[in-house]
Amino acid sequence: MATLKLSRATPYAALLPMAIVAALGYLGAGLWTFYISLTGSRTFPSGRFIGLAQYHRLFDNERWMLSLHNLAAYGVLFVLACLVIGFLLAVFIDQNAMWKMRGEGVFRTIFLYPYAMSFVATGLVWQWLLTPGDGIDGTLRALGFHDVRFDWIVSQDFAIYTVVIATVWQMSGLVMALMLAGLRGVDPEIWKAARLDGIPAWRVYAQIILPMLWPTIATVLLLLATAVAKLYDAVVAMTQGGPGIASEVPAKFIMDHLFLRSNVGLASAGAIVLLVPVLALLAPYAYARSRKEAA
Amino acid sequence: MYGTRRALLCASLCAWLCATASAAHAGPRAEVIHWWTSGGESAAVKQVEQAYRDAGGTWVDTAIAGGDQSRAVTINRIIGGNPPTAAQFNTSKQFLDIIEEDLLNPVDDLARRDRWDQVLPAPIVDVIKVRGHWYAVPMNIHMQTWIWYSKAAFAKAGITREPATMDELFAALDKLKAAGVIPLAHGGQAWQDILLFSMVLSNMGGRELYLKVIRDRDQAAIRSAEFRKVLVAYKRLQGYVDPASPGRNWNDATALVIGGKAGMQIMGDWAKGEFIAAGQAPGRQFGCLPGLGADSPYLIQGDVFVFPKTDDAGALRAQKLLASVVEKPGVQLAFNKLKGSVPVRLDADDSQFDACARKGMAILRDPKRPVGVAEVYLTPDQNGALQDVLTAYWNTSMPVERAQNSIASALRY
Repeated sequence: MATLKLSRATPYAALLPMAIVAALGYLGAGLWTFYISLTGSRTFPSGRFIGLAQYHRLFDNERWMLSLHNLAAYGVLFVLACLVIGFLLAVFIDQNAMWKMRGEGVFRTIFLYPYAMSFVATGLVWQWLLTPGDGIDGTLRALGFHDVRFDWIVSQDFAIYTVVIATVWQMSGLVMALMLAGLRGVDPEIWKAARLDGIPAWRVYAQIILPMLWPTIATVLLLLATAVAKLYDAVVAMTQGGPGIASEVPAKFIMDHLFLRSNVGLASAGAIVLLVPVLALLAPYAYARSRKEAA
Repeated sequence: MYGTRRALLCASLCAWLCATASAAHAGPRAEVIHWWTSGGESAAVKQVEQAYRDAGGTWVDTAIAGGDQSRAVTINRIIGGNPPTAAQFNTSKQFLDIIEEDLLNPVDDLARRDRWDQVLPAPIVDVIKVRGHWYAVPMNIHMQTWIWYSKAAFAKAGITREPATMDELFAALDKLKAAGVIPLAHGGQAWQDILLFSMVLSNMGGRELYLKVIRDRDQAAIRSAEFRKVLVAYKRLQGYVDPASPGRNWNDATALVIGGKAGMQIMGDWAKGEFIAAGQAPGRQFGCLPGLGADSPYLIQGDVFVFPKTDDAGALRAQKLLASVVEKPGVQLAFNKLKGSVPVRLDADDSQFDACARKGMAILRDPKRPVGVAEVYLTPDQNGALQDVLTAYWNTSMPVERAQNSIASALRY
């Protein structure tokens, strides 16, 4: 009897350290941040309760509003581009393997390599490439295209898109790797059947394989969405939020107010606001999974 | 076995005693955090270090590149309970929160002995004296909005007189443009944008409007027609800046003026070092204007040392010694000549400074002219919010009404 109880308790005991870490590190820190966001904390956390004043101030702030706007534009473009490019790269490698061509390993390494670099290094490289007069712009002109101007990185309207380019270049490889794993899980019989029926390959991908890949795509979406919310280092390395405040993002606003601008309260309010869309994305996903497990 | 262990213990005890003895012999040990890391700056701080050693102390240098980084380290160490003996801040509200948490040692004795109430400019006193106690030792005064101009470029454009009003300034800029030089050398970085704006606000709006907006954060003054005119004039300056300006460093902009490629630059007195390093002399190759007209406000800031709270007797002695050393006239002179700033005491001897610095020190003695820069009156987050709006207004086609509203909400909190 006693041994039975013990053996039942063992898994829980093994999970306990992780549960404590999760409760304190994630839940506890989240609740603490929410509490601080309701106080008038400046350099130091304080208990002076001021209600929702920090949130009022946040949404009255030109830069915060622009940051949210930038994040939305960035998020949509980044996620779509990563999905499409990552999927096409995976299909490319998959087709190569199907026709018994060589070089899969080489391509896979090349496609995945950017992901091994830090965002800061990526950002700096792309900053050089995109600097008007040098890099891409300079090369185009040296090749004789004198009318071409590629100065997005110093442009008010386009600076945020240069961040999209750099980060898509980096993240597509990871999406490719995950999608490829998904494609490898597809039953070869499906391909045989499709070939017998004379269905073109692109239709097989679009109408049969893609729906089968849905769990993989959901994982990829989750990864990309968190990458969007925490976008910070690439912006710092590429544009420092400039020109002016044109490419500011919420995470940079939060970091600046935590450390440089000594306003922990306002930074915490920003962090909580940033958490809301992440939870909104996460909740349906978690719900769908729990339904599936229950079924 | 036992013998060896005892011998080891003896040896280590002896080593510890010797080390303590030699440390005591070397005098109070001061660990100083600062961000004076560039060539001229580190030469300047070496003077302070040497003076502290000469006074019998041991100086432990913790130089951290970048003011933001340096201040973050100081604050983290204070919170963590391992504060340095002394730390650099700007003469601003950067350390007000630390004072309010009661984490700094006041230096009231020194302030009383040296009659700081009478010999320091009022904007400096306002920042370092909180509720009757003195919490920081000022090192120097920088004036942030000098107009530096190239004599060669002015001659080429046919400008014979230094501009004394905003209209004359725009007329001079027009002439420079017509002569084919860059009228205004500007580095398009947020801190330089706010510096330029402060110059326009103080010279055009005068002392009264400047203090109403920046110190009192008076909503009516910010929404006034007068302030709108200032914003329009500030934006008008953008028409005199070259297209390569965004992101440029201040010293690259100064180099344009030194080479005669640009007519003028609005920048702090640290720019003077660039001219002098290039072999130019004030009044000959370049001119320095402290403002437009004879009674323009004079925007000052500087650096201070603060002394984090400690009970350790050795550290307390080190703090006292360091505070008295940096206020010695000889140290002030040696430090400020290398730093490009001027001494904090109004009664300092100015005979060894150049023409521009002497001009500045004379203005400092006129109590109506010195006012603080924005950081002196605004908390770091208010200053940051103002900077965000100004840099956005400068860089985009934002209408002036919207800029005015955004400044009002940036300074409301």
